[in-house]
Order: sequence, then structure tokens, then C-alpha cells
Amino acid sequence: MAAEETHHVAKTFMDHLPVLQVVIPLFAAPIIVFIGKRSLAWPIAFAASAAAFVISCILLIQVLDGGFISYHVGGWAPPLGIEYRIDAANALVLALISGIGTVVLPYAYESVKAEIPKKNHTLFYACFMLCFTGLLGMVATGDAFNVFVFLEISSLSTYVLVAQGANHNKRALTAAYDYLIMGTIGATFFIIGLAMLYMATGTLNMADLADRIADEGTNRTIRAAFAFIVVGMGLKVAIYPLHHWLPNAYTFAPSAVSVFLAATATKAAIYVLLRFMFSVFNPSFVFEEWTLYIVFIPFSLLAMFAASFVAVFQTNIKRMLAYSSIAQIGYMLLGIAMLNATGLSATLVHLVNHGVTKAALFMGVGAMMLYSGSAFFNNLNGLGRKMPLTGAAMVASGLSLIGVPGTAGFISKWVLVQAAFENGWWIIAIAIMLSSLLAVIYVWRMFEVLYLTAPDPQSTAKEAPLAMLVPMWVLAIACIWFGFDTELTLGSARVAADGLLAGSAGMAH
Amino acid sequence: MIDTFPPFLIFFIGAAILPLIPQGNLRSAISLIFPVISAWLIWTMPEGLHLSMAFVGLDITLLRVDKLATIFGLIFSLAAFLSLLYAWHVRDTVQQVAALLYAGSAIGAVFAGDLITLFFFWEGTAIASVFLIWARGTEGAYHTGMRYLIMQIASGVILIAGAALYFRTTGNVEFTSMSDLFAAGDIGTILIFFAFGIKCAFPLLHNWLQDSYPAATITGTVILSSFTTKLAVYSLARGFPGTEILIYIGAVMTLFPIFYAVIENDLRRVLAYSLNNQLGFMVVGVGIGTELALNGTAAHAFAHILYKSLLFMSVGAVLFRTGTAKGSELGGLYKTMPLTMIFCVVGAASISAFPLFSGFISKSLILSAAAHDHYYVIWAILLFASAGVFHHSGIKIPYFVFFAHDSGLRPKEAPWNMLLAMGLTAFLCIAIGAYPAPLYSLLPYDVDYVPYTTTHVITQLQLLFFSALAFTVLMRTGIYPPELKSINLDTDWTYRKAGPSVIHWFSWVIGSFYTWLTKLMSKTTERTIKRLYRSHGPEGQMARSWPTGAMVLSIAVLLGATLFINFLV
Repeated sequence: MAAEETHHVAKTFMDHLPVLQVVIPLFAAPIIVFIGKRSLAWPIAFAASAAAFVISCILLIQVLDGGFISYHVGGWAPPLGIEYRIDAANALVLALISGIGTVVLPYAYESVKAEIPKKNHTLFYACFMLCFTGLLGMVATGDAFNVFVFLEISSLSTYVLVAQGANHNKRALTAAYDYLIMGTIGATFFIIGLAMLYMATGTLNMADLADRIADEGTNRTIRAAFAFIVVGMGLKVAIYPLHHWLPNAYTFAPSAVSVFLAATATKAAIYVLLRFMFSVFNPSFVFEEWTLYIVFIPFSLLAMFAASFVAVFQTNIKRMLAYSSIAQIGYMLLGIAMLNATGLSATLVHLVNHGVTKAALFMGVGAMMLYSGSAFFNNLNGLGRKMPLTGAAMVASGLSLIGVPGTAGFISKWVLVQAAFENGWWIIAIAIMLSSLLAVIYVWRMFEVLYLTAPDPQSTAKEAPLAMLVPMWVLAIACIWFGFDTELTLGSARVAADGLLAGSAGMAH
Repeated sequence: MIDTFPPFLIFFIGAAILPLIPQGNLRSAISLIFPVISAWLIWTMPEGLHLSMAFVGLDITLLRVDKLATIFGLIFSLAAFLSLLYAWHVRDTVQQVAALLYAGSAIGAVFAGDLITLFFFWEGTAIASVFLIWARGTEGAYHTGMRYLIMQIASGVILIAGAALYFRTTGNVEFTSMSDLFAAGDIGTILIFFAFGIKCAFPLLHNWLQDSYPAATITGTVILSSFTTKLAVYSLARGFPGTEILIYIGAVMTLFPIFYAVIENDLRRVLAYSLNNQLGFMVVGVGIGTELALNGTAAHAFAHILYKSLLFMSVGAVLFRTGTAKGSELGGLYKTMPLTMIFCVVGAASISAFPLFSGFISKSLILSAAAHDHYYVIWAILLFASAGVFHHSGIKIPYFVFFAHDSGLRPKEAPWNMLLAMGLTAFLCIAIGAYPAPLYSLLPYDVDYVPYTTTHVITQLQLLFFSALAFTVLMRTGIYPPELKSINLDTDWTYRKAGPSVIHWFSWVIGSFYTWLTKLMSKTTERTIKRLYRSHGPEGQMARSWPTGAMVLSIAVLLGATLFINFLV
């Protein structure tokens, strides 16, 4: 950990990586706007996200041994200055976000051309970069208030991105409005929680907070802060009863935005939730354990079944995938609530695997919408046969969504079931398997529509353009790859889980 | 490397390249190469564990070669070869690829050294085989295929759940005998047992078999009949040898399909029932678990795959030429399909265990094992079941198809490829029956057994001739329904006396209970789905987009609840 010794005067380029990956896309956004040329907007955005991806991979390799990198912004030492802190847990999420961003952009090139009016393209890419920055920032930072700042950056730009779907369907506007109201309330709760923490401890640096809360023990302020932070961030996660913004936002957003949001936005929020629950607060606090048992477990079980049933009956494939996301978030929360290392690794690995899987599926739907015009099942009849490569990618990722062995989805569910057994929670393990059966039904419906129905004779559908196919297949192959080679995903998730479970000790300087 | 090349991969490679070859005789000919290579690989593979690796932190072994696996691998390759030859005329890529994947998965499962690998291939057989049912293309076949798939996948899911629990108990996923753990009531092994039981068509878990096999395509049924259930028998023999409960399960399996088989009119369904009954013999063998009994199970599986395929092939050939497999619509076909008739009779003689036919030398191993370990009641049940088999498969099938009343149908003889496949299979049936030594040398344990003793042959002939006599007398005198009566006579002869009414009553009670149960279940399911649709459907309460105010309220409620919990504890 060379960075640790040299942080006051970061000398080399390598030492600046933690902040660079947030700063590069942050500056890309205004540059796109200032240059203002449509033809340059996409290349700049792509270059920035690719750079962020490369950086996050380098960071992930550096922290895989269980260590962490602490970067002091402007050379100001924490707790006064802002600290960026990279360890296995957030490096993994950073790699997911920047990787998905880099893969989505080539896809967006075609999809945005088809779905968004030309005059908005430059601003669209600028907003996309801001959203990307916000997500990376809230994951990379080690400062609680900084999390709020980046959360707002990503949220505000997301509302704009979702509203871009209005060109296609006016309901995108109400979806964006609902998301705005809900997201703002969530962020407000979060900042109220932070204010209470500041009141109780006098600091905003996460590591410092962890130390002081550990010294001080619990009191009413800290308990209230915990409730506000969990519910506020839970809203961005779309914990079951707080999920109502999600289906409409995913359904009516432009295809590229649906892909990006489904794969990253809720995932970043889950990471923040994990960071607060395990590193800032101590999981051994009784009230935290009770919140997990009384709030998280019932609601995640409810999400796993109720949302899956809703998905089974949907007539719109994007909406179906959105509800399936809510159900899958149930799995991740269940992993957290198990409060053991295996459960946490299940959450982290599912976070990555599900991100990749869902992104591939939304990409497939988006490609089909180029020709079908809508995502209703009866407009997609037989398109799998007319667009064989797109269809095949959707089959591969659909299998991963079910959790068929040999795909990424299986690995996460397998680990999750193991975690349930470790706690002796038989019924939960059975529930996980039962709800997987529901996934079989809704994914099967998708296969049936794509392959077993006769295509519309007037349909002009042909294979999707290469710029969409390549990203889609990169992700579909990743779905299979991570089903066999678990070294990268499960390996880093295990390291990250151990770090998180060490609680405040994991945050020590 | 070449001597441990996994045989299943040959089939998978075949399935990948087959669609690239133009449809026609060339493709059919090439498809026959893969089973041959696979059989050669299996024959030359050295015993032991090969291709072991780590997967998600578990030690798995792709290839575990021993004598038990080898004999099943060989017969599976042989069956694949014969079925593909029989299906030479089929010009449907889906069926061709599915057949190769199916056979490959079954062979892969047989050589799996651990439960995870087994599970992969277990599901592989399920997914590949369902296409053979769907290939028929009718609405009914689609629904049947769906039901079949659900059962098969459920079996796989239960297997992996069991494997997970097994891993928690033992710390490994090795696929070896679990009899001791099972006897100790370990839940993981019970689940695995249950998963095997579904595939093996244990009583009350058997319905998928009679439901699906007659619904597949003509060639599909022949392929289906060889692999799935025998894979289950292999798994039981590997995982649960000597588990006593299997003896009783097997005994019930040999008995109850008889009642259904005699009253059934669709001859492919009759064969499906008798398949179930034959599985019962093998399951009993596994349950006894002595070396003699396990030898019997392996030998019987080997012989059974051959003669059962032969029977399905001959009925399939008739179905191919006449378009029906209903006993009541057929008859008198010996005039124009003499070769098919002869092959069918060979198959019938084999399944009925006539001396000099394959069933005789394999079934008697199991019967002797039962007698040797003093399971006399079981032995008697098996004997009775043998008579039942002779009645419904040995006499009923050839009689109603080729003789009986003349249906007036004058179909052509079966095509050459079917005749060749049937001829080869018939030859093997007789060869094994007449000269069992090569088969015995393949068995998992050393064989010290002489099937052709005087008492043995005479007992068997007595059993068979009295059954035949009864059948003849009843047909001649025109007493109806012949099926039911002749069975009663069998019963009289083996046991003492079981009145026809008992059987009638028995099948009626079971039948109406079953109808009631299915009706109840389908009604309940329908009602549940309707109710679910009302609440979770697109217009339902759960799926509706909430007004913004209601969304905000839900946040407030959740925050309140969380605060309350936090302050309370």
C-alpha cells in the first residue's frame, strides 16, 4: 500500500487514480456541452467512460489482497479533508459501473439515434456522463456527506435521462416526475440521517464516524440516524414497499438508459447501504440486527414472490424485467440480512451477476424495439427467429436470470442458498428455490413469445446493427463466463465480505 | 489424453456439427459415427478418476470409470446407435440434434464422479429429451412436453437441493453410496433419493412416463425409452445399493402397472406401463444390493434397453405405416409385415423371459438374488409380475397387432432402416439369451451363475405356457374381456385366487381416486392462478402504478416502522 504512505503529497499518476476515475467523467460532461458538437459528444463520453473502466480495473487488482487505498483530495487529511477510500467492496462495484457504462455507450449510439430527437443528443451524453460520475463518486468516496452530493448528481441527471423517453411515450414524464419526488424524499431522509450522525459525533468521515460510534455506543440520535439512512437509501435501492418508482422509470426510459439504470443505479445504492450498515454502524448493534430481521427479511421475501408473480403476468417485457429486478433485489437484501460472510458475498456477487444479466436482457429488448416500436409481448412475436443473434443473446442471459447452472445467475443463488444453510434457515433456502421457479415461468414466457409464435408478416425486423450486437454479446458471454470462472467475481466478493464484516475495524486507518 | 477423452463430448461435438451437414442420407450416416466412437472410447478408457477439477470451491470429477459405469455407458452408446439407425429416414434437424444431446447427457451422467456433474447432465437429459416430444408438433404433444419438462426439471432442482445439503453434512459432493446416510435419515440424501425416484418413475411419481412416451414422435419414443429411466436405475445402483425400502418400492412397481397395461388400448402406452414394471425388477435388484443382485440389475438394464427398444420399434413401425397404435384398430398385419412381426415376437419373447432370449438370463439373476436372501414374498411377487408381463407385452402386443381379427389394413413392410435396426436389435436379444457369457463378463462383479439349469428352465416354461394356455382358452371361448380374465388366471396360478372383481374394484378405486385428485388439483390450480391474476396481473393491485401520494405514504410508514423497531429494542 504505497498510496498509504505517500498520500499527503501524491506524486505519481498512479496515486491519483482513485479521484481520476470520478473526475474524468465529471469534466467530460461540461466539455461535451461547451464543444457543443453532436459528432464529438459520443467519442468524448466513450473515451471518458473507457478511461474510468481501465482505472477501476487497476484499482480492483490493487486491493484484491484485502488492503485499501486512501486518497486525500487536495492533500487535506481526513477527517477534515475529503477522503476517497478504495477497498475490495467498492472496487468491485466501481468496476461493474464503469464496465457497464463503457459497454452501454456503443449500444447507446444506435439506440439514441433512433429514440431521441437529434437536438438533444449532446445534452443526453452530458447527462449520461453526470449520472455516471455520480454513481462512481458515491461508491468511491469515504466521506458521508460526499455520498449525498454524488447521490444527488446521479439522481438529478437520471430524472432527465428517464424523461428523454417522452419522445417515444409521454408517460416517461410522469415516470420521471414520480422518480423525482421519491428520489428527493429518499435523499432528504438520507441527509437528515447524516445530520443526526454529525450531531451525535461531530464528524462526517466514514472511518471517523465508525470509530466514534464504536466508542460512544448507541443512543437515540444514532438509532434515528440509522433508520433515516436505511429508509432513505432503501428508496434508491427499491426495497420492496419503496419500489413504486422503478417499474415506470425502467419501462418508459429510453432503451440505453434502462440498460444503464437497471445494471448500476440500484447496485450503487446497495453498496452504500452495505457500507453504512456494516462499516459505519456496527452490525453487532442490537437495533440493526432487529431491523434486518423484522424489516429486511419479510420485505425481501415479499419482493421475491409478489414482484415475481407480477412479472409473470406482465404484458410488457420491459415492465416484466423491471419487476424481476425488484424480485432480484430481494435476493440481495436477503444476503445482507443473513449477517454472515457467505451471505454478504452472495449479495455482492449477485449485484455484479444480476447487473450484467439484466443489462444484456434490456439491450436485447431495446434492439427489438427498433423494429417493433413497443415492448409489448404481442409486438415481439417471433422476433427471436427474425433476429437470431439478438434472440440467442437474450436466451443466454434469460437462463442466467433464472439461475440455470453454467450461468452467472446460478453462482449467486448457489452461494445465497449456502448462506441460508449456514444460518440453518431451511425455509428461506426453500423460498429462494421456489421463487427461482417463478423466474422460470416469466423467462419462459419471453422465450415463447420470441420463438414459438408466428412473426407478424408485415414486420420489417432484421438483425440488430453491429454496434448493438457487440455490447449485447459481450454481456451475454459474461453471463456464461462468470458461471464458470468465478475467480474474479466470487473471489473479490469474498474478500469484500470479509472486509465489511470486520465492521469498524475494516475502516481503521 | 486421448484415452480419457470424455465420451459425452463426442455427442456434443456431433450435435454441433450435424446441422452443418446437408440434410439427407449423408447426415444420417454421419450421425451413426458418434455412438461408435463413444463406445470405442468407453471400451478403451482406463478405470479410475479422470478430469478432476475445482469448481466454485468444490472438487468435481468429470469422468469416473469403473465397471458399473462402463456397462451403462456401453449400452447407452449401443442404444443411441440403434435408435439413430431406426431414425435414419427422419429429416428433422431438431430431433437429430436433440437425440445426440440426450444420449450424450445420459452418458455424461453415467460417468459423473460427483453430484454437481451429475446434476448438469441430469438436467441435460431433461432439456434435450423434451424436444423429442415437442417435435411431434401437435397441441397435445406441446402440453405433454411441458408437463414432462416440469417433472424432469423438478427432479433436477430437488437433486441440487439434496446435493447442497449433502455437501453441508459431508463436506464433499462425491457421488458414492449414500445408503448409510439415507438409513440414518439424513435429509439431503432423502432429497437425492426422491430426485432419483422421480426419474425412475417410482409409484405415484410415475405418471410423467405413461403421459409422455406415447406422445413423442415414432422415433422419439424409441430414444426416450432407453435413457432417462435407466440413468435413474444406474444412479440408484450407485447411490443407494442395499437400501431395503427399494425392494418394496420395486415390488410395487412390478405389480401396479400390470393392471393399467391390461386395460389400455394404446399399445405404446401399454409398452410404457410395462417399461415401468420392468424398472421394478431393477429397483428390487438395487434394493437387495448383493453382488448377485447388482449384477442382475445391470444385466437386466442392458437386456431391457434392447428388447424394450425392439418392441417400441416394431409398434412404431406399425404406427409409421398405418397411422395408429390402437389395439382395437389393428390386427392381421402379419400378412403384409411379416418381418416386423417376427422382430416383435422376438422382443416379446425377450421381455417375457423365454429361455434362449435375453430377458431370461438377466431377470433370473434378480429372482435368484431375491430367493438367495430369503425374500420369498418378493420373489413370489416378481414371479407373478413376470406372468403379467408375459400377458400384456408378450402376448397382447403381437397378438392384437399382427393376428387377432383381421382389421383389413394391408400396409407395406417397414422401411429398410427400421428393419435393419430391428433386425440388429433382435439378433442381440437372441445372442445374449443364447450365449450370456460376454454380457456376464461386463457386469460390475464376478459372475458365478448358470442360468440354464433344468429346474430354472422348466419353472419358467411352466409359467409361460400356463399363461399362454389361459390366454388361448379364453380367446377361443370368446369370454370377454380377454385381458382381464387371463390376468386373473395368472393370479390364480401364482397365488391362490384373486377374484376378477377385486382387480376391477382395485383399478376402479385407484382410477376414480386419481381422476378426482387430478380434477381437484387442476381446479385448485386454476382458481389460484385466477386469484393471483386478479391481484398480480397487469391491472391488479400489486402491479398498478400508484399515485405519487400513496408512494410517499409507503415511505412514511416504513420509516415509522423502522424507527419504532429501533427505539423498542
